[in-house]
Amino acid sequence: MERIALLSPVCSPHLQNYPLYIRSVPTENELKFHYTVHTSLDVVDEKISAMGKALVDQRELYLGLLYPTEDYKVYGYVTNSKVKFVMVVDSSNTALRDNEIRSMFRKLHNSYTDIMCNPFYNPGDCIHSRAFDNMVTSMMMQVC
Amino acid sequence: MEGLTLSEAEQRYYCDLFSYCDTESTKKVASNGRVLELFRAAQLPADVVMQIMELCGATRLGYFGRSQFYIALKLVAVAQSGLPLRVESLNTVKDLPLPRFVVSKNEQESRHTASYASDADNPASYSGVIPPPPGRVQAKKGSVSHDAVQQRTSTDQESTSPVVSPQQSPPTSPHTWRKHNRHPSGGNNERPLAGPGPFWAPFSEAQPGSSAAGDPIWSGHSPPPHQENWVSFADTPPTSTLLAMHPASVQDQTTVRTVASATTANEIRRQSSSYDDPWKITDEQRQYYVNQFKTIQPDLNGFIPGSAAKEFFTKSKLPILELSHIWELSDFDKDGALTLDEFCAAFHLVVARKNGYDLPEKLPESLMPKLIDLEDSAVVPVVSEVGDQAGEVGYSSSPAEAPPSKSPSMPSLNQTWPELNQSSEDTAIVHPVPIRMTPSKIHMQEMELKRTGSDHTNPTSPLLVKPADLSEENKISSSVKFVPGNTVADGYSSSDSYTSDPEQIGSTVTRQRSHSGTSPDNTAPPPPPPRPHPSHSRSSSLDMNRSFTVTPGQQQAGVVAYPPAVPPRPQPSQGTGPHVHRPVDAEGLIAHTSTSPQQIPEQPNFADFSQFEAFAASGVNEEEEDEIETHPDVLQAEKPSDSASSLRAAKTEGRVEDKAATSVPNNTGKGTTPLAPPPKPIRRRLKSEDELRPEVEEHTQKTGVIAAVLASQPSIPRSVGKDKKAIQASIRRNKETNTVLARLNSELQQQLKDVLEERISLEVQLEQLRPFSHL
Repeated sequence: MERIALLSPVCSPHLQNYPLYIRSVPTENELKFHYTVHTSLDVVDEKISAMGKALVDQRELYLGLLYPTEDYKVYGYVTNSKVKFVMVVDSSNTALRDNEIRSMFRKLHNSYTDIMCNPFYNPGDCIHSRAFDNMVTSMMMQVC
Repeated sequence: MEGLTLSEAEQRYYCDLFSYCDTESTKKVASNGRVLELFRAAQLPADVVMQIMELCGATRLGYFGRSQFYIALKLVAVAQSGLPLRVESLNTVKDLPLPRFVVSKNEQESRHTASYASDADNPASYSGVIPPPPGRVQAKKGSVSHDAVQQRTSTDQESTSPVVSPQQSPPTSPHTWRKHNRHPSGGNNERPLAGPGPFWAPFSEAQPGSSAAGDPIWSGHSPPPHQENWVSFADTPPTSTLLAMHPASVQDQTTVRTVASATTANEIRRQSSSYDDPWKITDEQRQYYVNQFKTIQPDLNGFIPGSAAKEFFTKSKLPILELSHIWELSDFDKDGALTLDEFCAAFHLVVARKNGYDLPEKLPESLMPKLIDLEDSAVVPVVSEVGDQAGEVGYSSSPAEAPPSKSPSMPSLNQTWPELNQSSEDTAIVHPVPIRMTPSKIHMQEMELKRTGSDHTNPTSPLLVKPADLSEENKISSSVKFVPGNTVADGYSSSDSYTSDPEQIGSTVTRQRSHSGTSPDNTAPPPPPPRPHPSHSRSSSLDMNRSFTVTPGQQQAGVVAYPPAVPPRPQPSQGTGPHVHRPVDAEGLIAHTSTSPQQIPEQPNFADFSQFEAFAASGVNEEEEDEIETHPDVLQAEKPSDSASSLRAAKTEGRVEDKAATSVPNNTGKGTTPLAPPPKPIRRRLKSEDELRPEVEEHTQKTGVIAAVLASQPSIPRSVGKDKKAIQASIRRNKETNTVLARLNSELQQQLKDVLEERISLEVQLEQLRPFSHL
């Protein structure tokens, strides 16, 4: 079971870090994962600020395990434009290695950039792209 | 898994679906890709799908084994019939209809099929072959329909409909949906001329053009009847009422609703949609799209920026979400801009959507940016260049190997490729890698382009990868990215490019096979390192010329490993060579040859000449003198051609006139020069004069010399006569041709190397520009 959440950058002062895209498999307890994602934002911000500036190396984009809880692990990734990806995976899913998480984030990032290239997409909108959905679904299926 | 009893039809159906989904033939289906499409096509709510997946155990296993798959399908059927999902229901529910899978693209087709249903009988054929319904289809579309069937099969393979698989034999009766499908298809056979009008209006000022454009869109009718045939495999379905294509009816209604916004003419047009490949763009459409493209971007090879495209397509009044999806489909290289092909694809999708067709999940093949738009002015060399990257650079090429990460980015480099007339560039000598090149589509098409212009097919693989700039540039620029699927592994016929190039370069030399520097010997090892462009690369062009002349001569002499394709010239008098040889000449030759960087072929010459020299020294002085007079620039005559023959003539007959005659062509423009300082004046003369002539002459003479050396026969009596003169003249001509061809060959090779280098550098740049490596 895992969830993927895409959070927006802190762009508007009053709308901070609202999710652009949340997807979870399976779909129950979604609210719980919304909450988890939201709370993990703090950790993400923490890591971003800790890294300092001018860190655009991809390695730094991947934030790694944000924190483990009793049930699940949360991984973070931030893009250069401060769009945050948060992934929550089940702790029981031990097959997921760090590399796999990285690759998943990379794929997410690529798909996200593809979406941004779409002139019909306004940054800040929720993401409805079918291609993105497909990619996310396939990715999650691989993991589940 | 729990025991699962399937009826015969179900068994068949599920088996077919499994084969369809089992793309890798691993007997288990990963829970993504087609399976997902399948489940999506089942039109069940996502949670139901999840539930099904869990129930069947795929979630546990991580993939769908055959049994899991079957169970899943059965559960789909259960869910579709509205029954609660439970494991027990698998076996308890009797007479469960087959699961239904909707194909987005097919809804129109099914509707149309329904319209034809009246004529159509549902062939009770379980055969995998989709029966073409020629009778049903309108005459003009009959053929199209057949193609459509094939294409639909292929396209549908990509789409969500597993029903498409030809092996499908699910029983379906279109009856149920025939009825309600009939009505929208009232005007099947009407050409939707009026339809495009209102639709196109917002897009173009010119209305008339649009109607023409709109019409062709719907020319292909075929699929509907085919759909029907597909769907209606059996008239007597074991499970009575189910239609594999039943969803069509559901779709129908939704589509009708969505279509409601379209004009009635659009509706009519819908039915006549081009199904042979629903997404194929007809010529008129294409022309219309191109015109529209021009209004935004006059340069057909340029891009339309995203903002302009957004404005343009917003005029179509499609919802932004759909436009966004269309963009995703059509912006193949994901660069935020539309090339001509991408624009046409997007436009086509917009039109299709306007007319009620659902957007496909993936870009249909026919809309993918083409490799080369031969008919369009904008050449889009989309090539499976990813494969080419690896391939061409390493000269291996499997076009389909494009890493998936690169494929979407391909057309970003769509550019107009300069005409095939290359600007010849002098480049450094490049490695003589025999490039039996990637049979990429772009290559093939270019080859074909060139082939049309050439009158000589010389299949010389090593020498011709692409004669040119254009192809190479195309490959290079477009290389990194493109669609693997578009590459065609055609046999690569290098000769075409070669032959066309010389023509392009303006060679007027008649090409005779024997002369071709690019010998038909495909498998011969590459010729010696290509020489720099003889005409301009070196100040000591003489050397190059000499080398050129040497090589062919040597070919003929058979001395060296140079492409031996040229039939060995008759070397009647090898022995006469020595006569030709003058010490001075030998010196000159040696001097020349020593300066030329190349040649392996040169070496033997060199050696030969030394022998020759010795020979000559001991030889007949008087002959030499004669020869000296007549062949002032006999420095290197490999061919036993004019010089040799002339020598012989002179020798045997002592006929000065022959010599004069033969020497005349040799000395064209030169006049006989005293032998006294033969090398120097000759050299000077050669440098100053047209190189070809000296080449030829030197060549001929050298050939003769070499031949003489080889033959090492002091004298061979020859019958002398006018015919000999003619032969010599023809030989001379041939040699000239040969020389020119050889030079062309080297030029081409250099160009090729240049282009390859450019390509490599571009690839490197591309790699650098990509911040994220694709997975």
